This record gives sequence, C-alpha cells and structure tokens, in this order.
Amino acid sequence: MTELTKMTIAEARDAMALGDLTSVELTEAHIKAVEGFGATNAYIMKTPEKALDMAKAADAKIQSGNTSAMTGIPIGVKDLFCTEGVRTTACSHILDGFVPRYESSVTTNLWNDGAVMLGKLNMDEFAMGSSNETSFYGPVKNPWRATNSNRDFVPGGSSGGSVTSVAGYAAMGATASDTGGSIRQPASFTGTVGIKPTYGRCSRFGMVAFASSLDQAGSITRTVRDGAIMLESMCGFDVKDSTSMDMVVPNFEAALTGDIRGLKVGIPQEYHLADMPGEIEALWHQGIEWLKAAGAEIVDVNLPHTKYALPAYYIIAPAEASSNLARYDGVRYGLRDVGDGSSLDEMYYSTRGEGFGEEVKRRLMIGTYVLSAGYYDAYYIKAQKVRQLIADDFKRVFEKVDVLLTPTAPSAAFAFGDKSNDPLAMYLNDVFTVPASLAGLPGSSVPAGLSADGLPLGLQVLGKAWDEETVLKVSHVIEAAAGFNATPTDWWS
Amino acid sequence: MSEIDKDTVAKIARLARIKVADDKLAPLAGELNNILGWIEQLNEVNTDDIGPMASPVNAKLRWRDDVVTDGDKQEDVLANAPRSEFGFFGVPKVIE
Amino acid sequence: MSNYSIQGATGDFEVVIGLEIHAQISSKAKLFSGASTEFGAEPNTQVSLVDAAMPGMLPTINGECIRQGVRTGLAIGAQINNFSVFDRKNYFYADLPQGYQISQFKHPIVGEGMVVVDLEDGSKKEIGVERIHLEQDAGKSMHDQHPELTYVDLNRTGVALMEIVSKPDMRSPEEAGAYVTKIRSIVRYIGACDGNMEQGSMRADVNVSVRKHGDPLGTRCEIKNVNSIRFVRQAIEVEANRQVDVIEAGGTIDQETRSFDPVKGETKSLRSKEEAHDYRYFPDPDLLPIEFDDAYVDAARASLPELPDAKRARLVGELGISDYNAAVLVAEKENADYFEAILAATMDATGKDASSVATRVANWVIGDLFGAINKAGKTIATSPVSPAQGAALIALIEDGTISGRIAKDVFEIMFETGKDAGVIVEEKGLKQVSDTGAIEAIIDEIIAANPNQLAQYRAGKDKLIGFFVGQVMKATQGKANPGVVNQLLKPKLDG
Repeated sequence: MTELTKMTIAEARDAMALGDLTSVELTEAHIKAVEGFGATNAYIMKTPEKALDMAKAADAKIQSGNTSAMTGIPIGVKDLFCTEGVRTTACSHILDGFVPRYESSVTTNLWNDGAVMLGKLNMDEFAMGSSNETSFYGPVKNPWRATNSNRDFVPGGSSGGSVTSVAGYAAMGATASDTGGSIRQPASFTGTVGIKPTYGRCSRFGMVAFASSLDQAGSITRTVRDGAIMLESMCGFDVKDSTSMDMVVPNFEAALTGDIRGLKVGIPQEYHLADMPGEIEALWHQGIEWLKAAGAEIVDVNLPHTKYALPAYYIIAPAEASSNLARYDGVRYGLRDVGDGSSLDEMYYSTRGEGFGEEVKRRLMIGTYVLSAGYYDAYYIKAQKVRQLIADDFKRVFEKVDVLLTPTAPSAAFAFGDKSNDPLAMYLNDVFTVPASLAGLPGSSVPAGLSADGLPLGLQVLGKAWDEETVLKVSHVIEAAAGFNATPTDWWS
Repeated sequence: MSEIDKDTVAKIARLARIKVADDKLAPLAGELNNILGWIEQLNEVNTDDIGPMASPVNAKLRWRDDVVTDGDKQEDVLANAPRSEFGFFGVPKVIE
Repeated sequence: MSNYSIQGATGDFEVVIGLEIHAQISSKAKLFSGASTEFGAEPNTQVSLVDAAMPGMLPTINGECIRQGVRTGLAIGAQINNFSVFDRKNYFYADLPQGYQISQFKHPIVGEGMVVVDLEDGSKKEIGVERIHLEQDAGKSMHDQHPELTYVDLNRTGVALMEIVSKPDMRSPEEAGAYVTKIRSIVRYIGACDGNMEQGSMRADVNVSVRKHGDPLGTRCEIKNVNSIRFVRQAIEVEANRQVDVIEAGGTIDQETRSFDPVKGETKSLRSKEEAHDYRYFPDPDLLPIEFDDAYVDAARASLPELPDAKRARLVGELGISDYNAAVLVAEKENADYFEAILAATMDATGKDASSVATRVANWVIGDLFGAINKAGKTIATSPVSPAQGAALIALIEDGTISGRIAKDVFEIMFETGKDAGVIVEEKGLKQVSDTGAIEAIIDEIIAANPNQLAQYRAGKDKLIGFFVGQVMKATQGKANPGVVNQLLKPKLDG
C-alpha cells in the first residue's frame, strides 16, 4: 500500500477514472502515512474519519461519473484555512480551541470537487515566519536531511507543514498561503512545487488574515502537473471577497504543452546578490541553460527597486497585521486570559500578551508603530510608494518578457535555531519572493537540484498578472529538464 | 527618524494591547530599532510624484444588493465565546 | 442672526459650535454584511459571522448605503466624490469586534455642502457642511445586567451610518438645534434615514468652544452621543457656561471628549476612556475604492423628491400660502405629505385649482387638524381623519353645504368616530340653509320680536346688525347660510 502514497495526483486521478483504484484505498494509505509521520510534526490535527467519509463520497461520485480532477485526492490543509467543525488556530495560542462554523472558500472549492481532507497542517504562527519555528505547536522538521547527517533542518515557512506533508508522502497535495514567500520558499527547501497565483485569483474568504493586500492561497504538490490540477480547483471568483476578481479560471493543466519556443525569459540582474552561495548562482545558470535549450529567448532585465522590496514589505505586512489581528481580544473566541476582578483592558493586555508568540508580537509592535501618529507618512505611505515603484518595475519588464527566472531562496534549508534569534537574517530568506508578492504577481518554485549538502534547491518562475498558464508551462519545462527525482530518506517512520 | 526608547515601546504595547514585562521593554526596543534602522534604507528611494499603492488589485469595489441574506445564527456567533449568557457575550465589567 | 452670548464676569463670550451627526442609513442589510438592521431583535440574532469578526471573514459593501450617502450629499448641494476610500480606525472596545471601525478618513464620499436653517426671529442662517462619510456602527454594551460582567450585543454592529460633519458655523444652542432639525428633515424627506433619535437612528457629537468676541477660536470639547434636539441645546448651554466658568476662574480648557447627563444637567469628562487615542487610520486592504460615474450621480439626483426648502418656496410662491404656514407644513415630511394629499383631494372634490383652495386647506390642516392631533397626543401618521376625508369636509364648506362654524363641529365628530363628513352632516341634519324664502320668514319673525333693537339700529347704531345675524343663526342652529342672511337682512333692517 505504501506505493499508493508515492503516486502523483494526476496518476491517482487516472487510476481512479479507470477503476483501478478507489479513493478509499488511496485515502487509507495516506491515513496510515499520516499516522507514521508524527516525528515531523507536520500535522497538528488529523481527521482520519472525516477523510474516510469524504473518500467514500468521492468513490460514489466517481461511480456516478460526476468527477473532477481532484475527486478522491487526499490532501492536507494549512491551519490558516478555516474548516467547518475542525479546529483552526493558525498555529497560534490565541486561537485555542477555535472551531469555525464555516468553511473557507478555497477549501470549499476543493471539497466541492471531491478532494479528501487528511488533517490540518502546521505553519508559522499567523503565517509570520520563514522556518516554521514560530508555531505554537512547535516546529516542523524538514523531511530532508543533509547527506550523511542526522541533523534536523527547517522546512521553511510559513507553510512548513504543507511542504513537509507533501515532500514526505503524507499528502498528495496541500493548501498553502503566500504573503511574502510562504509557498515558494518552503517549496524550495523541501523539493516540492509551490504555486502562488495572482492576487485576487483565490478567495481569501475564510482564510485567517495576516496581511490582506498580500495574502494569497496556493498549492503545494510534488509535480507541476499536480500543481496545475490542484490550483485550478482552489481558484475562482468569490463574491464574499471584495478583492477576488471575476476572471475565468483557465484549464491550467492544458497549459503544460512543453513548448516554450520563442518565449522570452527575463533574468533580473538585481537578483544576483553579492554574498549568494555559488551553488545557487550555478543552479540559476543551469536553469537558464535549460530554458535556452528548450527554445526560449533569454533576456537580461532590470528591476531597479528590488532591494527595497523587503524593507517595504516589513512595513506593509506588519501594519496590516497589526489591524487584522486586533480581533483576537478574548471576547468572542479563542484564548481569554483574565484574572478575577480584571478589567476589560487588563483582559486585552494579558490575553494578547499570552496568546501571541514573540515573532507575532514583534510584528504587531512594528505595525502599530509605523501606523501611529507622526510616523504614518514616513513609514507606511513611503512603503506604499516604494511598493508602487516595485510594481512598476515588473510592469515595465513584462512588456518585454513573458516570465522571469530567479532562484527561489538565497540558500538551501538551514538548521533549527540558525536564524531564529536574528529576525533580520530570517527576513532575508524572502528576498527573492517578496517583490512579486508586493506586486501581486503569480509565481512558482520548482525543484531543480540539490545543494552540495544534498538539500533541495528550487528555481522561481514569475509571471504577468493573471498569466499563471505561462508560469506553469515554463515550470513544467524546468521540471522536465531538471529531472529531479531525489527523495528524502524516510527517517521519520 | 527617531530612536525607539523604552517609553515608546511601552506606548506601542499599550496601543496594541499587548502586555510586555518591564524587563522586556529594553531588549524589545533594541530589536525594533534594529529592524526600523534597516527599514530606513527606503529613504534612499525618490518617491516624489509616486502615489501610494494600497492593493495589487486595480479595480473598483463591487457592490452588494440591499438584501438580508445573513444573521439569525446566534448559536454560531456565540459557539466559541469564552463566556456568554442569555445570548450576550460576557466580558469583564466596563466601568463607564 | 441670533445674538447669543454668555455673560461672564469679565465680559461676554461667544459660543462656537460644530456638530457631527451620525445618521443611520435606512437600509435593510448592514453596510458590510447581509445581516438585518431591524431594531429591537433578540441579542446577537442579527449578526453575521462578518459582523462578529470571525477569523477570515471579509466585508462586502451594500450599494444602497452608497446611494443614500450620495443622495444625502446631493440634498445639501454638496460636492460628490466619484472616488472615495474606506479606512480602518483602530481601537479596542468590547463592542467593536474587528478591533477597528471601517470608516472614511482621507477620501470621504461627500465633500462640502450647506444647509439653510430658520431661526425663531424669522431670520435664516447658512450652516456649512464639511463632509459626509460612511462608516460602521458599533455594537451595544450593557453594564448593568450582571454584577461582574458587561454584556455585549452585536446586533447594531456594522449597521451603516453617515457621519455628517458641520463646519463650526453655529453660535447658539438655538442655531445648533435648528441645524439638527434641518438635517433630520432633509434625510427623512429623501428616505436616507428615519431620523428616529429615540432609537438611536440619529445622534450627534457636539463640539463646543467659547471665546471673547473677536478673539481666536478657543479650545473645544466634544460632547459625545447626544440623542435629542433638546439635549443638543441643553448640552451646549451647560458646556459653554462650564467653559466660561473655567476660563474666568483662571483655568484652561482641555481638549477632551465629554458626556452630557440631562438629568443632572451637566457634562462630564470621558478622559479616562480616551487615554492616548491614536487611531492609526489606514486604507482598509479588504476593500477597494468606491468609484462611480457622473451618470450614477445624475440618477441619484433624479431620484430625489422635492426638498423642504423648495417645497416651502413653492407653497408660498405658487400657492399663496403664508411663509409661516408653509414653514410649518414642510418641517416634517409626514405633514408635508399629508398636506400635498389633502390639497390634491380637495382640488378633485371641488374642481377648483390649487391656489384657490390652498390657503383654506393650509389653515385647516394647521389650525384644526394639528390642533386636534396635538390635543389627542397623536401624530399625523395615526390621524383618524385621512386626507380624503379632510378634503371632503373642506369641499362641503367650499360648496356652501355647511358653514365654517358647522365644519368645526363636524370635524370634531370625524376625529372621534372616523366617519365621513358627508355622513355626519346628513345624520345630524347640519346642511346649511340657503333657501331665501325660509330665511326671510325667520328674519321677519326676529325683526318683529325685537322692536327696540330695530329702533336703535335705525337711529344709527349700525353695529346691531350683528345682533340680528346672531339671532337668525341661533334660530337656525347655525345652519343658515351667513351670506344669504346678510344679503336679506340689511334691506329689511334699513326698511
């Protein structure tokens, strides 16, 4: 049965359509895998019974011929997505015991297509982090270890549980979310495919908010094809989200033609960081060669404001978060920390003081500060103007090229504790992913090779707004050229 | 831009309603200064004549019709409340 | 112009007043959720998960609230902004679930406008409106239901409000009261707000400062949540006097928010609650800008009914109604509607044109009907006499079926029983007698029975004609047509 967990979504879909496989079989195999996956701490909540019920319903659906690509596919759900009747905490102490009476639009779309929920996945608290070390439920261990080493590595963040479950064959796919790189960076760290669509493509309804103008749901899978299949199911216009755009969702899988002849691929020169490891540069160069060989035209381009993306992001995202997280006040749900005779204000202070972790508090403080009287223009407005310049950079470049190719992250996965005491060093992980997040553009991370230590490295493909198809097409070509077939040794079982 | 001191940290923590122990104020001030100092490189960027970008979505707001489509779910509203009585949320008494 | 001032020991002080009126928009659903806005439901039953600020919930805007905001702006001749933005006003309170109020700060939907208010001495004054913006109402906290707890009900949370911000153009409690009255009248005319101050559909934050005449503006205090026009006046009076006392005692006024206690007749500081407010406004990233084109504004404009000022001018100019009566008729929308209805019905019933019956109708509505309604403690909405019934009564006077005197009696019965005037006249035999033969016979009798008075009349005491008229009316129980009586009596008395 273990082999079933190694199938891709596309393979499982085809097998189920032929009647060679049932969703119950597939789901049972995954439930078993999830059971044996505890050492990674990827799942913070398992829902095996629900999974089996959903699998049975999916099999009935398949029997009746009323299927879609995700029918019967067992997946994990990042704990950022509210799931009706299933505890949802965004991995924060402050949402202790919160059981939503509603379902996020993204997961609703997946369930409507017949997907099967295995459980809720670990993440950085409120998606604030790049290593999954800020989770109230403890860190997630990367399935990958360096060659000849027993040392644990971070899976990246914030979607650490999502990438780990998929990389470790404990889910066929997982939902994730990207605010500044939380899909692409952990995908790069775990040899998985992460796709963040255009801002406005996936509804944010029912997704716990971190930074509203940046948050965007996306998929983690093992192949680009699976990513196309899963993302298509997640996307779609939603009247309940005012920033969801009424755009037709294309058939993403159909975009995977393998033909990129004549396509113009931009190489942003500002992404050549002075202190970047040589192996990252080398991998990038390799990627360029692959695309060139596939008939694409390579064009050097400039995105002059790239270096300002991170500082702008670290104003805008905390500012929005400081307001978005004001609702966690101990009144209507989650943690209430209050002593006898405490006042309402004391309840706020101690609930929020206890309920939020250190990184979240740090960002809420920064966000509060940059919005406060006297600093708003100097910080917040300045950052928004820089954001506009960054978006303008992309716009200008995308008049000349179809996609951009860059490394996903400036390094491979790092060890626990390496950066958790240095916020700035941690923030720099997102240096290549944040600019596109600020501009709302679609992007992917595709596994492209291994570091000298044997850890996965990803390449990032960025596209024009609403042009996920070209991103997917190019990602698919890289995937094929890279022939990435390394797998982590399953130390966890 | 000005250096954040302990008092400023305390003031921000009050605004954000986050309890910060007194002995944490100074270290936190250090961390915030570090981050804000790094952020200040934005001042190198000339943003004259640039409008602030509030959202990547360049569209106008969609409007709903004036129809009652929601509500009448007191139980759902109160289900997760740490304290509720007689259909109300209960919070520590507010002295007006 | 009123010349209101506070006489202090050191001289006269001028009072400067600005108002922020919060008017609940008359919409079925809330500003950003589909929950109902109806008043008086069980706690937390008119709450969506959006209103309760559950994690991941998002606002979507009710277009009707935008439309009513635009209509209100148009009704005060204000600039309409085709582009406006929602901001978050961040603060913590138990009945503010999001931890912020969605409001409009930098780019409101309506810019500068103006209203004209009527003052008691018959003068008028222009009061500027700075802006109107849309925002969410908060929920309700109840502090007196439990010894240790405050109860929170979110039914009002997210109900749409318009905040109508005046310029500091008012100089007396009277002007402020007249301004609120006028705004209330306008929003009720256009149906943007029901103006019900008791239920909290309209309330005002009152900014008051004082200064010696000619001095620069003093420091202002904001009196929060004043919920009647009378209290607006009282609060200003009390607060202005307090400020003068403070200044004259050598103190200074702190800029602060205060509350008004109408029972104690004092304002008190809310400073404790205000500690270090810093609202950290920024554009709400869950929403996009409100945008509409000029055609939308034109359609909103076309949907406006005749407004009180225009109606008053028409009543005076086209219908010949006195300015005082016109002002009374247009002040409340229901009264104006009643008047329009009864005027039209009277025209129908009499076949006469508007201007020839308008004054009689106006006098009847203001004198007879309003008098009876006030006395009975009713309102125009609960009037037992419909416009059609009133018109039928007036028509009976107009065509000479009954006299004005009899009409008053008939109206009294109508008001009590709800019966039609015609029925009452028939039942009680109150039809006016215009038969010259019958009246002549009575006149002859009365002249014969009063020889002394006749002699005095003929000796030059002309006024005695009134005595004879009275006697004839008495003999006919008021039913004789007074015109006919006069016409026949004079030649007979003159001999």
